[in-house]
Amino acid sequence: MTTLSASLTPRRLLDRVVDVFTSPKSGPVLVTAILFLLMYVGGGLRYHGFFAGQVVLNLLIDNAYLIVLAVGMTFVILTGGIDLSVGAVVALSTIIAARLLQLGWSPGVVIVLILIITSLLGLLVGLMIQVFKVQPFIATLAAMFLSRGLCYIIAKESITISNPFFKAMANIRISLGYRLSITPSVVIALVVLVIAVWVLQYTRFGRTTYAIGGGEQSGMLMGLPTARTKVLVYVISGFCSGLAGVLFSFYTLSGYALSAVGTEMDAIAAVVIGGTLLTGGYGFVLGSALGVLVLGLIQTVISFEGTLSSWWTKIFIGALLLVFIILQKVLTSRRT
Amino acid sequence: MKNVLNRAVGHRLFWPLVMLAALLLINVIAVPGFLSITVNSEGHLFGSIIDILRNGAPTLIIAVGMTLVIATRGIDLSVGSVCAIAGAVASSMILASPTPNNVGTVTGALLTALVLSLGLGLANGLLVAGLGIQPIISTLILMTAGRGIAMLITEGQIITVNSVPFAFLGSGFILGVPVATVAGVLIFALAALLTRRTAMGLLIEAVGINPEASRQAGVRARGLKFSVYALCALLAGIAGLILTSNQTAADANNTGLFIELDAILAVVIGGTSLAGGRYSLAGTLVGALIIQTLVTTVYTVGIPPIATMVFKAAVVTAVCLLQSPTTAAALERWRSRLATRHLQGVAAKAGAAR
Repeated sequence: MTTLSASLTPRRLLDRVVDVFTSPKSGPVLVTAILFLLMYVGGGLRYHGFFAGQVVLNLLIDNAYLIVLAVGMTFVILTGGIDLSVGAVVALSTIIAARLLQLGWSPGVVIVLILIITSLLGLLVGLMIQVFKVQPFIATLAAMFLSRGLCYIIAKESITISNPFFKAMANIRISLGYRLSITPSVVIALVVLVIAVWVLQYTRFGRTTYAIGGGEQSGMLMGLPTARTKVLVYVISGFCSGLAGVLFSFYTLSGYALSAVGTEMDAIAAVVIGGTLLTGGYGFVLGSALGVLVLGLIQTVISFEGTLSSWWTKIFIGALLLVFIILQKVLTSRRT
Repeated sequence: MKNVLNRAVGHRLFWPLVMLAALLLINVIAVPGFLSITVNSEGHLFGSIIDILRNGAPTLIIAVGMTLVIATRGIDLSVGSVCAIAGAVASSMILASPTPNNVGTVTGALLTALVLSLGLGLANGLLVAGLGIQPIISTLILMTAGRGIAMLITEGQIITVNSVPFAFLGSGFILGVPVATVAGVLIFALAALLTRRTAMGLLIEAVGINPEASRQAGVRARGLKFSVYALCALLAGIAGLILTSNQTAADANNTGLFIELDAILAVVIGGTSLAGGRYSLAGTLVGALIIQTLVTTVYTVGIPPIATMVFKAAVVTAVCLLQSPTTAAALERWRSRLATRHLQGVAAKAGAAR
């Protein structure tokens, strides 16, 4: 924040605060953060044991894979695109992992292979979008069908993972003090997050990503490598989906063709809640991580509520999402 | 002649139509009698083509609404859930009624379901046009919550309906043609008349191309957006009723599952851009037919069910790549090179003759 000059009257200060909140750049993220805190405090007042530190850490543990997905999705949405294939690619990754581990491959090779395959898939999608001008929604929808289809071809049934390394990654807890712990997956997700923040804020690639969303034509006329960047964001999203798939298989210790159905919508919702515009150009990757935590917190509230039947859960999630988005819209709308 | 061919290839429906013909050809090769249509003793038409037209009707009906929504630069992800809700409401009302075979009962149930669908569409419209929330996220809310609402109505059960008038909707015939097909054709024709014979289509396109400019030019963008979302949900409700009637059961989890993707796919294959603006209802019709023929092909050719999705991905990719301006440009270059070579050949011959 800029240093406040001595002549600042309360009136000006209010104006400045309103400006920050209504700017399309930072407003939605700030509002999301405030609403997240309100929801957390509200939950804490309502439910016993909600304030325990481990509840927050569990948000990270349960949603590590979703954070990684949302990071990849943020890159894509910042350029004005969208990636519907991420959920299917997660499923494909888990099933490749489970099948190859079953065949006795070493975990290191399997993980590297998955990341290469999913990145290549992202590359194909990116080329389809950039070279053949196919709309991102459709190109990634085709990739979604392809990935789900490949899942069924590899294995229709769920395969349990019994590999010692994967089991270790699922069970190891990194202690953070008294009764607080996280999993290695959380560390991986946070590392990915930090790298993404660095790439988007401090590299030319990141600047170009924002520029494409702001105005592709202008970016190209300025001599920015828009074509290369646009393909690369889909490679990044593919890579992140693969990594998220690996984390997901650490989490569930199985590979299943029908896992992670609809996860792409969770990832998109997280990115949008986190303040990124679907038309591109505005947004922060940290906001997306916050969006994931909001979705996770909604789930936590529901589990603390306890007695909800499965349909009320869905309605409740929809209703909370609705309240959240309306509040975000109202609080960030410009005064007329 | 050549000019006509060039214009045909350049038409935006050329490649989708070629793909549709190719799919039909595959079917004819696999099953020689594929195109034959028979009339049974009651005067009803039967045959694989009729099946495609009947089973493809719900997707077509939704895709018509989706086309208009997409033309305003929007998208509606909630149509599948609206299908499920409409089916659940109608089925539970018919089930609760003491006279399930009464036409009046069924009409009341259908109207209630449709009014509710319209209401859901207005809710979508309120979020998109009233509050200015991004369409994908506005409709995502109803997509998530809608399945819950449908399950709430059916109390998590699959409701089986035994009602003759209700079954008519999904499996009956009017003048030998399946009711679903008649409904699809009527809705398509109405939508085409309403938007193409009036200025409405133009206004919708204007909103999609530049919302702000069209507002300043006096187009009531907000009202138009409201109407297209309401219409889309209403059509989704109709499609949901047809689907439910066809299965004679309301399944809150699976009725209309992924139909939003099929509908969007049909719209895009038909050449309407997701970026809004110009739209083509004829294209949507071809797109919906391609998708349904694709499903039928899987069964007739005997593609193993596990490979269905891969096959679908291949066809979608093929259509998109063929339609791509890059491909068109490459073809154009290839043709002009052939023409130059031909001209050079003529010139060389002329030179030799002299």
